[in-house]
Amino acid sequence: MIRHLLTATLMALVFSTPPLAAAEKYITLVGTTSTDNSGLYDEILPLFTAKTGIRVRVVSVGTGRAINIAKNGDADVLLVHHRKSEDTFVAEGYGVRRHDVMYNDFIIIGPENDPANIWGLKSVVDGLVQIASTRNFFVSRGDDSGTHKKELSIWKLAGIDPAKSSGQWYREAGAGMGATLNTASAMPAYTLSDRGTWLKFENRGGLRLLAENDPLLLNPYGVILINPKRHPHVKAKMGQAFIDWITGAEGQAAIAAYRIKGRQAFFPNARK
Amino acid sequence: MNALAPGPVSASSILPLELDGVCFEAGGTRLIKDVSWRFGADLRTVVIGPNGAGKSLLLRLCHGLIKPSQGHVRWQNEANPARHQAMVFQRPVMLRRSVAANVDYALKLRHVPRRQRTDIIDRVLHETGLKRLADQPARVLSIGEQQKLALARAWALKPQVLFLDEPTASLDPAATHGVEEIIAAIHAQGTRIIMTTHDLGQARRMADEVLFINRGRILEAAPAKAFFEKPKNDLAQAFVRGELLWWNKGRDNRKNQPGLQT
Amino acid sequence: MTDFSDAISNALALVFGLDAALTEIVGLSLRVSLTAVAIAAAIGMPVGALLALYRFRGRFFLVVSMNALMGLPPVVVGLIVYLLLSRAGPFGVFGLLFTPTAMIIAQVLLVTPIIAALTRQVIEDLWVEYEEQMRSLGAGPGRAMPALLWDGRFTLITAILAGFGRATAEVGAVMIVGGNIDHVTRVMTTSIALEVSKGNLALALGLGIILLVLSAGINGAAYMIQHETRRWHA
Repeated sequence: MIRHLLTATLMALVFSTPPLAAAEKYITLVGTTSTDNSGLYDEILPLFTAKTGIRVRVVSVGTGRAINIAKNGDADVLLVHHRKSEDTFVAEGYGVRRHDVMYNDFIIIGPENDPANIWGLKSVVDGLVQIASTRNFFVSRGDDSGTHKKELSIWKLAGIDPAKSSGQWYREAGAGMGATLNTASAMPAYTLSDRGTWLKFENRGGLRLLAENDPLLLNPYGVILINPKRHPHVKAKMGQAFIDWITGAEGQAAIAAYRIKGRQAFFPNARK
Repeated sequence: MNALAPGPVSASSILPLELDGVCFEAGGTRLIKDVSWRFGADLRTVVIGPNGAGKSLLLRLCHGLIKPSQGHVRWQNEANPARHQAMVFQRPVMLRRSVAANVDYALKLRHVPRRQRTDIIDRVLHETGLKRLADQPARVLSIGEQQKLALARAWALKPQVLFLDEPTASLDPAATHGVEEIIAAIHAQGTRIIMTTHDLGQARRMADEVLFINRGRILEAAPAKAFFEKPKNDLAQAFVRGELLWWNKGRDNRKNQPGLQT
Repeated sequence: MTDFSDAISNALALVFGLDAALTEIVGLSLRVSLTAVAIAAAIGMPVGALLALYRFRGRFFLVVSMNALMGLPPVVVGLIVYLLLSRAGPFGVFGLLFTPTAMIIAQVLLVTPIIAALTRQVIEDLWVEYEEQMRSLGAGPGRAMPALLWDGRFTLITAILAGFGRATAEVGAVMIVGGNIDHVTRVMTTSIALEVSKGNLALALGLGIILLVLSAGINGAAYMIQHETRRWHA
């Protein structure tokens, strides 16, 4: 009796999942966790689907891995935020063309009491120099992501090699933005974060925003169609339709309209 | 020929069984030493001897569960002698299914068609007094009942030869009696019985011929009456008198007599 | 501490609200893991039984490797399956990456060693007990195998449940080969990971509690069935 009940329940649950329609129109977008965690895709992608009937399946990983997946041809469209890598990607023939899409910015987060005293500094480079010289905890993404590469570029400008102090005041998390923020919150420590993830982040603990608006902290995004000449199975037409939409009037407006806690999170900058 | 008739398929008998210079070695020790014997038809042979004498090994060599390291085990009509034999062990081994299903399993292994199986199962369970337990899980039966079931299962196969290795060693007197009755019934229907026991009383009750074994050798073989009245071998005599040979190993003067060294 | 009470109220709210997203995620989790376990059992049990019953050259190493594979980290399995299924890989032409099928494949690889290793142990022990009688009846290891598997069914069910536990609890493999795509390959464990990465710890914990209850429910039901039938069979 129990046996029958159990089997019936299991069957019901298992078959309640609608089977994937083989004929479903979709493209695979590989992008970064920071963008996805900000909630942007949940907001704007349905608009694209409503207009074109094409669903967008988003795989969110770190920038390094996203590019890796794109090179293997396991996706149709790449959307990341590291200019240098994007340009190399296209130059090496993996992508068709890079288009500007939007930008947001990075910020420095740190402990409420700001032990390194960086609040008010105009230059983010000065801020990092101060954190390093006072040997306060700094958590790095450490995962080859766009955020990580940006962080490393600022250290370079400051003339500091933080890897030398890895394990001491410089902690490499090897994790996504959310996980890194969790770590920073628990320690507490300074860290570099994109504004979108920070605005949505719920586990702020003892952290607050301590530095922003330095032009160095600008974070531009690029969208690239993966080259069908390289990977013939890529859904080039649908992928291009997506790129046209997100760089077109509708997509750009949707990006601009997206708010997190009342603040605009991303700034559209596609060129006509 | 009526397939439901009791008794073994008489098409071609696999008896007599000839043991010719059979030896068995394990772990560098010779456990069965140069055994030769001819098991003719119709009799009930009881193999007796102290623990560790090699009785169980001998049975297994005859049945083909182990191969001799030297010598031959020869059945008549070598084509497929195993098919006409069955064995019951000291501890019954039952599958986790019903009483009837256990018998059914053995019959299925022999490719007996389904219609015949039901009738055969019915008959053997009835004859062994297990009919009312037919649908019970075999493992909840008492050990005596399980042993009867083992016999029923063997009986269902209509073996020409039934080997029994100390079949009542684990049973109480009442169950022992029941089992002996069943063995007698099986024999009455034409099955050759070859069994081991260390119970003298049982040997007296059941044997037509006796093989006395010690330390891997047949020390005496004789018709039962002759053996029990006047055993020729010293050790056999001691055994029949009920003396516990195996406890006194090495300390009993009698055992150090010449001619008994093996 | 507030996280825990928030987690519990989250969990209750999701369950009693019959949250549609939750049902979808739970349904997919069960579909993937149950399918994987079924396939793993179909492969693992015969393999385990064969290893138990037959002696052959290299058996020792095979047994040791199989036991070692039980400890294989899910993320490693995920990586291997990704490399195999990627378009750049040998089986890319099937386009299986980022689908539930890829997740099932990965979990089959994770679960089969467990079921095979435990089956081997059960069958080996049973054969020690049954061998003589079975051979006497005319059943060598090959013919006896089905009967042995059936007789070992109580322990084998436990082995299957252990495999199911491993499948439902892992996140490394399904994350890499599935991609945690919303409505497509998002399962309980990847959802939890996602919510943690967003900082929604209470929600993540709530989902974790649901996963725990689900697992406990399935295990509890299986145990009861075992208990009832075992009592009957002894």
